[in-house]
This record gives sequence, C-alpha cells and structure tokens, in this order.
Amino acid sequence: MPAPIRLRELIRTIRTARTQAEEREMIQKECAAIRSSFREEDNTYRCRNVAKLLYMHMLGYPAHFGQLECLKLIASQKFTDKRIGYLGAMLLLDERQDVHLLMTNCIKNDLNHSTQYVQGLALCTLGCMGSSEMCRDLAGEVEKLLKTSNSYLRKKAALCAVHVIRKVPELMEMFLPATKNLLSEKNHGVLHTSVVLLTEMCERSPDMLAHFRKLVPQLVRILKNLIMSGYSPEHDVSGISDPFLQVRILRLLRILGKNDDDSSEAMNDILAQVATNTETSKNVGNAILYETVLTIMDIKSESGLRVLAINILGRFLLNNDKNIRYVALTSLLKTVQTDHNAVQRHRSTIVDCLKDLDVSIKRRAMELSFALVNGNNIRGMMKELLYFLDSCDPEFKADCASGVFLAAEKYAPSKRWHIDTIMRVLTTAGSYVRDDSVPNLIQLITNSVEMHAYTVQRLYKALLDDISQQPLVQVASWCIGEYGDLLVSGQCEEEEPIQVTEDEVLDVLEGLLVSNLSTPVTRGYSLTAIMKLSTRFSSVNRIKKVVSIYGSSIDVELQQRAVEYNALFKKYDHMRPALLERMPIMEKTASNGPTEIVQTNGETEPSTVEAKHPPPVTQPTNQANDLLDLLGGNDVVPVIQTTIPTKPASAGGELLDLLGDLSLSGGPAPAPAPSVPTSQPPFLLDGLTSQPLFNDIAAAGIPSMTAYNKNGLKIDFTFERANPNPNIAVITIHATNSTEAEMTDFVFQAAVPKTFQLQLLSPSSNVVPALNQGTVTQVIRVLNPQKQQLRMRIKLTYTHKGSAVQDLAEVNNFPPQSWQ
Amino acid sequence: MVEVRLLISSDGNTVQLFMMQFMLLFSRQGKLRLQKWYVPLSDKEKKKITRELVQTVLARKPKMCSFLEWRDLKIVYKRYASLYFCCAIEDQDNELITLEIIHRYVELLDKYFGSVCELDIIFNFEKAYFILDEFLLGGEAQETSKKNVLKAIEQADLLQEGILGKTPHNMSPALVTATPSEYKWFQVGVERRKLKRQQLPELYCPNEVRTF
Repeated sequence: MPAPIRLRELIRTIRTARTQAEEREMIQKECAAIRSSFREEDNTYRCRNVAKLLYMHMLGYPAHFGQLECLKLIASQKFTDKRIGYLGAMLLLDERQDVHLLMTNCIKNDLNHSTQYVQGLALCTLGCMGSSEMCRDLAGEVEKLLKTSNSYLRKKAALCAVHVIRKVPELMEMFLPATKNLLSEKNHGVLHTSVVLLTEMCERSPDMLAHFRKLVPQLVRILKNLIMSGYSPEHDVSGISDPFLQVRILRLLRILGKNDDDSSEAMNDILAQVATNTETSKNVGNAILYETVLTIMDIKSESGLRVLAINILGRFLLNNDKNIRYVALTSLLKTVQTDHNAVQRHRSTIVDCLKDLDVSIKRRAMELSFALVNGNNIRGMMKELLYFLDSCDPEFKADCASGVFLAAEKYAPSKRWHIDTIMRVLTTAGSYVRDDSVPNLIQLITNSVEMHAYTVQRLYKALLDDISQQPLVQVASWCIGEYGDLLVSGQCEEEEPIQVTEDEVLDVLEGLLVSNLSTPVTRGYSLTAIMKLSTRFSSVNRIKKVVSIYGSSIDVELQQRAVEYNALFKKYDHMRPALLERMPIMEKTASNGPTEIVQTNGETEPSTVEAKHPPPVTQPTNQANDLLDLLGGNDVVPVIQTTIPTKPASAGGELLDLLGDLSLSGGPAPAPAPSVPTSQPPFLLDGLTSQPLFNDIAAAGIPSMTAYNKNGLKIDFTFERANPNPNIAVITIHATNSTEAEMTDFVFQAAVPKTFQLQLLSPSSNVVPALNQGTVTQVIRVLNPQKQQLRMRIKLTYTHKGSAVQDLAEVNNFPPQSWQ
Repeated sequence: MVEVRLLISSDGNTVQLFMMQFMLLFSRQGKLRLQKWYVPLSDKEKKKITRELVQTVLARKPKMCSFLEWRDLKIVYKRYASLYFCCAIEDQDNELITLEIIHRYVELLDKYFGSVCELDIIFNFEKAYFILDEFLLGGEAQETSKKNVLKAIEQADLLQEGILGKTPHNMSPALVTATPSEYKWFQVGVERRKLKRQQLPELYCPNEVRTF
C-alpha cells in the first residue's frame, strides 16, 4: 500500500475544489483510505491520518471513527503521536461518550512522565475535557503537580485543579494545603492561575471564603508591586504591567471584600490607587479600570471611592471607543439601584446613547434610561423614549413599549398625560405591544371618569387617521361604544370639541367591520361597540340592521355575537338598556403577569374550593365577571367586590333561558361543575376573548377527575379544550391539603409521552394551606395532535412538617373527552 | 435551545463563573478555521452554535462594538484582516480583558508564524491549537508572558523530531488557491510587520518544510 498523502497536500487538494460536491467527493475518497489504513492497524501513518481527519472535522465532516485512533496515539511513546492524539481527543471526544474514560489511564501515566511537555499535554487535556469520573481518578496527581517547583507544570496544575473543582466540588478540600505557598510564587503564570484557583474556591464555599480573607494584604501587596514597579518587558502590555494578573487580583479582592468590612477597608487604598493611576489611553488600561469599578461597587467601599467609580464610568460614556461605552452602560445598569443619584447625573449622556447606531449599545442605553425614570424627570425622559420608540428597530419596539407602559403607570404626573402617553405608544408601535396592553388601557380609561370625553374624542380622531394599528383600533372601538354619547354631544373640556354625527361614528365602526386590516378580534370589538351605541344613539334601526347582517357572518365568533345581540333586540328589548349600561369603575390590580392569569383562572373556577369550604370571597352573582369580559381580556380584574345594584338579579337566569339549553358557561376557566350554575354568568355579554360557543359546549361536558390522593394531598384535574386549537387540552390542577400542617415548597411537575407536548404555566402559589383552607392551582397545556389517549406522569415535591416529601404517580384515567 | 451553561455546583445553585466557554476562528466567508470548546456539547449543538454565531457576527457592521449578547452569554469578537476571533464568555465577565486575551493570542500566532495570515492558520491548524493550548487552559489564561508561551511551543516542536514543521504560505501550490484576503497579514503591530515582511523570504524557505 502506498503511503497516504500528506496533511498539507490534502489541505491543498481540498482547497482546489470548486463546488461543495467536489469537496465532498474528495473527502469521501480520503476518508475511505484513512479507514482502511486504520483497519490495518498501521502505526507509521496513524498520526498523519488523524491529523487529516481533524482538518476534515473542522470542515464539518464526521470524524468520530478517529476517536479510538486518538487513544492509540496517546498511548504511543512518540511525542508527535501524543501531541496529535491529545489534540484529537480534545476535538473529537467529550465526556458524553464513555470512550473518553479509556484515556484515564494514559493520562495518569503521562502526568507522571519524565518530560514536562508530555505532562503538560496530559494536564491540558484533563483541564479541557475531563469528566467528573476522570477528575475523581486523577485529582491526586493534579494535587501532586500543584506542589512541584516546576512553574510550567504548576500553573497548568492550578487550572486543572480549577476544572476538577468545577466538576467535583467536594474534592476542593484536597487542594487546600497546596494553596498555602501559591501566592509567594514569583512566576506570573503560576501567580495568575493561583488567583484563578483561589477565586474558584472562594466562590464555591463560604468556609474557603472566610479562610482566604487573610490573604487580602498579600494580594494588595502583589497588586501594589504591579502598578508601582517600572517597565518589565516580559509582562508589559501598552505600558501596563501584566493586566491579566491585575484584573484577576481585582476580581478576587471583590469576592473577598464583599460583605466584609475589614477586608474592604484593607483594599480601599489600593483600589483608589489603581483607579487614579491607570493609564486610560488604551483598551487594556480601561479593562483594569472597569474591573476596579466593579470591585469598588461590590465591596463595602467608602462613599468617596464609589463616587470616583461612577465618575470613571461617566468618563467611559464619553469615550470614542464603542466598546468602552458599552461597558460603561452595562456597569451603570448594575449600580443604578444602589447609587441612583450618582448615575442620574449622567442621564443626558446616557440618553444620547439611544441614538447610537450600534444595537448592543442602544439596548443597554434603553434599559438604563428606563431605570433612570422617576417622578421628577418622567416628562423629559418619556419624550426621549417615545422618540426612540418611534425611530428604533423593530426588535426594540416591544420592550420599549412595555417599558413606557410600566414607567407611565408608576410615575404618571396626571391621568391625561398617562392616557396621552399610552395612546402615543399605540399609534407609533401599536403592532408591537403586548396583548395585555389593550385591557390595561381600557381599564385606565374607565377609571379616569373626568377624561372620558377627552379620550373618546382623541381616539376617534386617531381612528380617522389610521386603522391599521390593531390594539389602538380595539381600544378606540371600545371607547366609542362606551362613550359614544359624549363624543356626539361634543362636551370636551380639555380640547376643542369636534363635530360628529351619529351616522359618521357608525360609518367608522362599520368601516372597521369590513376593513381587510381588521383582525377578527377587532371586528368583535367593533360589533360590540355598535351594539352598545344602540342605547346611546337614536339611530337604533341602523344598528339593528348591522347586527342582523352579521348574524350570518362566516366568522363564528362574530356570528354568535350578532345572533345574541339580535335576540337581545327582539325578545329581551326591555333589558337592553340595563345590560348595555356603562362599565363601572374597576379596582386596580397589579400588573398582569402570567401568574396573574393563572390566578384569574383559578378564581373564576370555584368548584373545588366551594365544594369543601365556603370560599373566602363570595362569587359575585351578577354579571360583574362577564361585564369585565367585555373589556376584552381574561386578565383584567379577577374579582369585583362591588355589586352593581342596577342589574336585575334575575337577568342572569333569564339570559340563560334565552340561550336555551346550550348550557353555556362564561368565564375563561373550565366549567365542569353543574353545582355552580348561578355563579356561571351567561354567555351573552361574554367578552371577545373568551371561547367561542361550540368549544364551550364541548368543554362543559368533560368531567373533572382526581389524579392523586395520598398523605392528605389531593390533586384534582379539571379540563377545557382551548380554542382555536382543539388539539390543546387545558388542564387546571387544584391541589388541596387536608392535613393540619401546611405544605411548603410545593412543586408539581408533569411529563407526557413524546407524542404530546406539555407546557406548565406557573402555579398560583407554592404553599398548600392546611385543612383544605385553600387551593394551589396550576395550568397545564397539553398539545395532543394525534388525539391519543392522554397519559401523564406526575412528580410532586413539597416540604411537610419540616421534612421533604417526593412522590411520583402515573395518571391514566383521563376522561376520554379530554383527549378525543 | 442548547443549554450552554452546564456548570452547576453540586447544591444546584449556579455559581458565578468567569470562564471562556468557547473560542471560534472563522473567515469573512464564514469558514471555520479553529474551534475550541471548554464546555461539553454534542457535535450537533456545536455546529448549530457555530452556524448561528458566524451569521450574527458577520452581519454586524465594522463600526459596531465588539460585544454581542447572545443567549445568556456574551460574545466578544474582533476581526484581524480576514479572520474573526470570537470568544463566548459569561455575562459577568470582563469583556475588555477578553479582547486583550484575543489580542494576545493573535500576537502569539504572529510571533510564531512571523506575520501571520489566514493561510498559516489553515495549513498549520494544529500549530494554532498547540499555541492556544499553551496560552489558555480550560478557558483561563495560564501564562501572561508571551516569551514563556513561545518558548514552551518551540521546545515542544523540537521534541517532535522535526516530523511536523511549519508550512510556508508563499509556497506556490498554496498560493494557487489562496484568496487575497487569506493572504492578508493581521495588523498586530505596524512596525514589526514591516520588519517581518523584509524577513519573509528567509523565514519561509521551502527547504525547511517537513510535513506529515
């Protein structure tokens, strides 16, 4: 057999390939040759072949068949073989394959080799890819090498020790004796790696941290020598002596000085010295300054020093180098909580960074700008941020919009300003805002009674300009429906009233119903608005006509709505004014996170709680809930304490009659329990986002089930098919606890077979109260595209009476309706 | 999504780590030239990450800053001539010193190869790895003196009994396939570069070549 071609020759040949296919062909041919050479156990060319394989691996071709050959090379006596073998092992093997364990013995031998470069290779490989088993086996050797006087091996051993500790933290103790003399070493490599090792140990163990605090004076001395000593060519980088070591020491000092007065005190002076003496014309000086600033911020430093640090960052902000500006923004963001006023001084510079062209910088500047908003500067800051929102890339809009909402909610100087700001966001970035912003704004508008006329007028004007921004159109429709009378009567005090007729308003709303730009949800809003106007406008006949047209709409949701409204006109006309009355003022809830939604679901789903105990909050028996639904979100307000006296108590029942025996349920939650019909509001006025009629019928039929009942912990499942995708089953779990002690740290986990997909939303709480005094609810969504029988494995962990409990259970008895 | 942060202490808490997760070298055309992973990942994940990062970095404009927030990591990259050097570090780590680490590696390559260019790294990729492994270990710098790193590499090269040797990039067969950018020298230090260029013919004597 002829000698295989050389590595460089192969590289050269492959580079002549003009197409991907040609390259692939060459590689395949070569791979075949290499394989057969491997099979023949050819020792002479193994090294060459593996090297070639590594090149092909880099090009993205499979090379796993070289793994064992690497091991053979490592075991070879030749240094060349070992060098390539270890390199190949690092590239082709990793701890996920058991093959790597075969190296352990070779590495062990090589760690004790007589040539330091062989030892070095072994250390390097262990420190790069050693698995925990390997680390356990070889930690002794590493520890021995950490104590040698050979600095070449010592520095490598120190980093290897770091790797061992990362993999097997309990081995940390064994390196403790060897750390004793590490810092007295003169060699910078050893010094640097030792500091890394000490940092790792301090980070991982509070005991080590306490133990190593005594090293602070020594570290300070080393650092001082570094900055005071003159030019040393070996470690100099642009006039700075060993910046790598300086940064590492500063980092270790940061960890040692954190929450410790004495250590912080001991390093105050040197930090001030580094902060003032470091030359900042080059990146490397700034790297040190940056690390110094972080250390000053983290330890218990004197206030003067902190001001110095913030000012350094302020200087960074003005630097021409983008990297430095970025770093400044990142670190200011970290300190803005603790040193708010100091950061505030650099506000204008930070706001200027919003105009930077670089996305990394822009993002940081935006985050920092939001962090700097307060009651005093809200107007100015918002002006800048709204301008930014207007001009920024699409990727920023969503975050920026929610930032504006949050800040406006917190610091709005007036209601009018608040409404204006949100409307501004909706007009400039309407399609990017989160879904909950519509109900939030509606809620805000409802509650600002004196602003109704102004708002509806503004929104009406906005609608005339642009009907493409869906959230804005939805809010506007809702407001026009609600306050149409104020709009037409032109009673706006804040602004010049506009002259509109009822017909013009209806024209606009009908325009929304037919516009291609409108989403189905928007159309729903619009139809409901038209309906509401029937009690506020005189042109009832026109409204009747529109409503009846949509009784045959192809959009089920819209059709259902229209049919219901039609019935309201015909059979129940006497109730119409009461039903379409203006919304009551709502109580403000906290911002709507995902947890909130889940809680909402839990709250409107009272079956489990009610069955056992009277619920602490009485379920409103009137339409409060579904009126809220008119707001368009499940996530608006879960509970209204006030009852609305104008609603006839019988309305609920009658409306149920109206809809015949469809046994509808309102509310977003599953409705399994026939025991609570009175609290289940009629669907008639149900909001736009609740389920369409038909799914509800389906859902109503799914019985609930008990999935787990052991040791006093009972878990019930209730079901609901989500729309619009009937393949998704929404399961709400209700955990109750009948023992006399509460269960804390309650975690429910579930797993399903691979054909399903499962999503667990956050639980309402992690404490299950004792004596059935409350429920923890959590929503699981299961995607079941193949409609297979549901199976689920659940894992429960909680702490009960001080001891941790863990249990597994399999749930197989799902009702067929939940998955068919 | 690929989980990059795999190092979690035994009690389950993530420990603040300051280590490099991986280093990639790739060309302006998106060709990978060197990869060093300090976290255990499968080949598939590595490829995915590489592809994603190469795309993202190449899409950035030259005037942009060298940092990129990517997943929960920070990418620090710098371009030298036709080659991008790209490191992934922890969110908390010092980006500026990472730039210095990259620069130090480039300097080491430059000293070793003598005015290094992309071609050197293509044809001597194993050398580039050896140098990197002598400079970084497990994602941390092990030596802060350039001299010591180069000394170690030279001595290890001597041990290799001359079986491996460096290949000159101005050897004609390589040049045939070299694109102009691959042939461009990294700008490490202007004065030294000038000096090196004059020395080139002597340094790259074809007779010296001994390959596998």
